[in-house]
Amino acid sequence: MRESTLWFWHLMAAIVILVVLSIHMGVMHLDVILKGLGLLSAGDVLSYAAVIARAKTVAYLVIYLLLMWFALYHGFYGLRSMILEMSDTMSKAGEIVVTWVIFVFGLGLAIYGTYVIIAGYVIANA
Amino acid sequence: MNETKEGYKNNSVETKDIVFKILRYNPDVDKKPHFDTYTVPVIKGWTVLDAVMYIKENLDSTVSYRASCRMGICGSCAMEINGKPRLACQTQVIAELQSNEVVVKPLANYPILRDIVPDLTPLLEKHDSIKPHIIRKDKEDQKNPRGELYQTPEQVEEYLQFSYCIKCGACLAACPVVGSDEEFLGPQALTQAYRYSIDTRDDGFQLRLDALDDPHGVWRCHFAGACSEACPKGVDPAFAIQLLKREVTARKFGKKTEPAPIAKQPVNVKRWESVPYPPEKTVK
Repeated sequence: MRESTLWFWHLMAAIVILVVLSIHMGVMHLDVILKGLGLLSAGDVLSYAAVIARAKTVAYLVIYLLLMWFALYHGFYGLRSMILEMSDTMSKAGEIVVTWVIFVFGLGLAIYGTYVIIAGYVIANA
Repeated sequence: MNETKEGYKNNSVETKDIVFKILRYNPDVDKKPHFDTYTVPVIKGWTVLDAVMYIKENLDSTVSYRASCRMGICGSCAMEINGKPRLACQTQVIAELQSNEVVVKPLANYPILRDIVPDLTPLLEKHDSIKPHIIRKDKEDQKNPRGELYQTPEQVEEYLQFSYCIKCGACLAACPVVGSDEEFLGPQALTQAYRYSIDTRDDGFQLRLDALDDPHGVWRCHFAGACSEACPKGVDPAFAIQLLKREVTARKFGKKTEPAPIAKQPVNVKRWESVPYPPEKTVK
């Protein structure tokens, strides 16, 4: 795969993260303002009831899946870039190994994270 | 200023004693580089190159340096002067450096050949890897051009600034990414890749893509901008690299380029008798 493809998705991931992380940070840390504007129901956002209420909605399911997938991609692509940049004596074969190790590790975390988020949604709705 | 130096006293030229610390390294003798110090009676208007030449001619004939044109055209005398890569022939000692001590080192990020002479092989290899010349799709046209290729002044303006590169290597010495990633193509090669890729006479973009669209290619640039600050010719490589990123992405998503049309051969035109014919080709 061309580096431009990986880079393009790195930038796209940043945009997606900016949107979904803003929603997450807003709900978690700007709850007083959002409540004042009527965008969030009253109560503690970290209470068990509030967490379960959010976990029940498809919107939060999508937000957290997007946040996890794109943050993993963005972070691991950045990690790969740093390793390849700092290891300038590494051979091409070594670079391929680094790329695959990071890809497999990231994919494993993405699968596990997807399972956890979807399981949370299913259990909350059970 | 003083007038104590015999060589200039008769002409009443004012001099100022400046201490030059020059990095010395002879790979055949020295285990590691060290500094030698020389006091040079600098005349107002002298460049660092003048001072280095003075040292070689009058104080220490073993000092090695590289220089040629002495007017900022050839790029041979690029060296690190007081911590910044500069052309020695364009750096005035008194007016510009404004210091009583001048530290001269070879360009950073290059192996040292001897003293302040860097080995520019990495620069030239990277430059060569991006095929820095006009590439025509029509191979016959490449060998024997059928005619003049038209370009509008606006099309020339697109790449003109980037064609002023003199390959002095200062940009690679300033680049922090080259410092951490030796394989990074670097500002000089990437700027030239953009300069040729954007030229409407060129069809070679795809041939350059293997080098450009690589983990150590155009995407490795962090946009620190040190290359543009160091460039003695105002080429602005950092800007060219960002434009190259845009160009690679645009062409990835199908951007088409308009090739420069070949000018038609003039008809019913009589040659002026006073205009001489070109010489025969020396290479058949």
